[in-house]
Amino acid sequence: MIKNLSDLEKKREEILKKHTGRKTVLRTCISTGCKAQKSHKVVDALSGRIKESGLEDSIEIKKTGCHGFCEMGPIMVVEPENTFYSKVKPGDAEEIIASVSEKSGAIERLLWKNPVTKEATTLERELPLYKKQTKHITYKSGKIDPTEIDDYIELGGYSALGKALSDMKPADVVNAVIASGLRGRGGGGFSTGIKWGICAHAPGDIKYIIANGDEGDPGAFMDRSLMEGDPHSIIEGMIIGAYAIGARKGYIYVREEYPIAIEHLSLAIKQAEAYGLLGSDILGSGFDLSIQINKGAGAFVCGEETALLISIEGRSGTPSSRPPYPAIEGLWGKPTIINNVETLANVPLIISKGAEEYAASGTENSKGTKVFSLVGKVQNTGLVEIEMGTTLREIIFDIGGGIRKGRNFKAVQTGGPSGGCIPITKIDMPVDYDSLREAGAIMGSGGMIVMDETSCMVDVARYFINFLMFESCGKCVPCREGLKQMHQILENICKGSGEEQDIETLSGLAHCMSTASLCGLGSTAPNPVLSTIRHFRHEYESHIKDKKCSAGVCRNLFEYEIAPELCTGCSLCRVKCPEKAVSGEKKKPHLIDSSRCIKCGICFNACKFDAIVVK
Amino acid sequence: MDIKAIDIILEKHEYAHANIIGILQEVQGIENYLSEETLRYIAGKTELSLTRIFDIVTFYKTFSLVPKGRHTIRVCAGTACHLGGAVQNLEQLNRVLQLKEGETTEDRMFSLETVNCLGACALAPVVAVDDEYHDAVNSGKIDKIISSYREEDKQ
Repeated sequence: MIKNLSDLEKKREEILKKHTGRKTVLRTCISTGCKAQKSHKVVDALSGRIKESGLEDSIEIKKTGCHGFCEMGPIMVVEPENTFYSKVKPGDAEEIIASVSEKSGAIERLLWKNPVTKEATTLERELPLYKKQTKHITYKSGKIDPTEIDDYIELGGYSALGKALSDMKPADVVNAVIASGLRGRGGGGFSTGIKWGICAHAPGDIKYIIANGDEGDPGAFMDRSLMEGDPHSIIEGMIIGAYAIGARKGYIYVREEYPIAIEHLSLAIKQAEAYGLLGSDILGSGFDLSIQINKGAGAFVCGEETALLISIEGRSGTPSSRPPYPAIEGLWGKPTIINNVETLANVPLIISKGAEEYAASGTENSKGTKVFSLVGKVQNTGLVEIEMGTTLREIIFDIGGGIRKGRNFKAVQTGGPSGGCIPITKIDMPVDYDSLREAGAIMGSGGMIVMDETSCMVDVARYFINFLMFESCGKCVPCREGLKQMHQILENICKGSGEEQDIETLSGLAHCMSTASLCGLGSTAPNPVLSTIRHFRHEYESHIKDKKCSAGVCRNLFEYEIAPELCTGCSLCRVKCPEKAVSGEKKKPHLIDSSRCIKCGICFNACKFDAIVVK
Repeated sequence: MDIKAIDIILEKHEYAHANIIGILQEVQGIENYLSEETLRYIAGKTELSLTRIFDIVTFYKTFSLVPKGRHTIRVCAGTACHLGGAVQNLEQLNRVLQLKEGETTEDRMFSLETVNCLGACALAPVVAVDDEYHDAVNSGKIDKIISSYREEDKQ
């Protein structure tokens, strides 16, 4: 039991002493991305091999959270050498253990190779995906075992809490967070400190703090990685927040689709309680807090704060109008703070570094760093943490390595269904809250989906509107009916029955929805349509007027053809076609019968010679 | 309906109305779906109206009112998966299993669903069978995945 600050320091020294003169550590990721690629089997094989070789005293496996380079999973880093291995298989265990124990150097075939130059990189810190990142929030994930509180404490964990409880009054904490310039990382971008101040001053003895881990934006997984890989940083931020506003009860609302995050957070809460860092009289300060986890049940709208509150109360999560804001009237009518989990993970940093040092990074109105999930048609996909103000070009081309298959960049989508698509002309734009908004997108929670010439922007708009149409709770008319109408118009355009006035009708509907919808879901729902009309109007026009989809996505608006000069007659397309629409003799150019072709794209993706083209 | 198991769950949640979503999630875990009989039983025990419970189980996507197959196939329809060919994968599953989204095969082997985002976007397109995720899925891979589960069940 840690009863006060000096106990915490003693504990840290104890842990450090235990870990000095450490052996070789194999940091192996067991987070969702790597687990999907069977990293748990790699861990089993490695530990089996270590036992067989009697090397338990000199080699340790550390099961960590997300390292960020998920696509290359299962990922492993050998320390202290810092050798980075990707796509590790259980069968590699023997060779890895042998090379580590014999100190025979890195295993060449497991190193990451640049997909274009084929050049190998040995050290983790030299990887292009990591090199230009500023890892403040994601620093511990991938280094520590998220199921061991000692690992977190060893790296300075809970010292910010100690500082806040012993040296600062609640109002000092609020002021520090205001001075740091921290803004909500979940979408809105409102000042966290100001929100805390409002709640702290709201009348009433009972207040609540809620961590929002209902990461619903498709294409975003930063929050999942953080909850899985560094759950204590969220809990520490939450305790500090609760102290600042005077809450004694906290909730973490997590998506049901994230079982590992739920498991790690539950364990972290239990461990913090066992150490006396949660519960009553935390660190001898007289301050009490208990935290419980609520699982989401598959409703996107519950990420919206008023819907989330109603869901915790045990009802269908339909939003209610604001004001009153939850900071004044929230859960069961009591003042409540709802912060995104990444926002909360920033809090310990602010308290330990001091607001001034924290505010020194970032841009004028956007401080600190932001974690993005960089995915889509980009070469290196994964989690990326950058200082606010880094340009899109640096993120997509330097960190992300550019576009796959040598294709051309078309757009990047940020902010999920509330966000928008940013075109090539804005590629040198610094990424922060304000510039993204100016470009017609938003920061959102941090999804960054890169698109190339095979992505159709009308289809992307239709995709998001279709998503939102199903997720709209149906409570207010502009959102419920507006989305339905927009969806119908976009379907028509994609099917080839679009009409000239459609673009104008879409803009009109968008205006109505953004002004009159009850909650953020409805009022931002038109953004994907508006931003694609603004930056890619020509694609809408060619769909409507020329009945053409040059990206080869909208099936009624293109044909697949085989370029005879590129076709080798390998017959792969003929064999794979489910409709038997391809004919041709071996080693002779094949032919697609367009009357039978259903444009499923199987042949297009299967062809190794790029001989199937979109016309 | 396993009354004993349901009672344990209700007891654990102290019949609290605020915990009703959690109660229903755990009860669904027993049989993979919620029968009318089960819903009526929970309503009686918690003294909540059946209307409110029905509102919840039809609002949240996680709940199923019809029995599901032994394996649930979830096609991730997140943005990265959509761009990577999630629609084509779903269509291939439609073809292979002769099944539409939300349906279960006659032999109760597979149920087919889509999911908004599984948060494994760097591995897109993803198809999950129960808790197992399959990455970079294409039509060929789908055939293999389905037959591997069929083989496994034969044994």
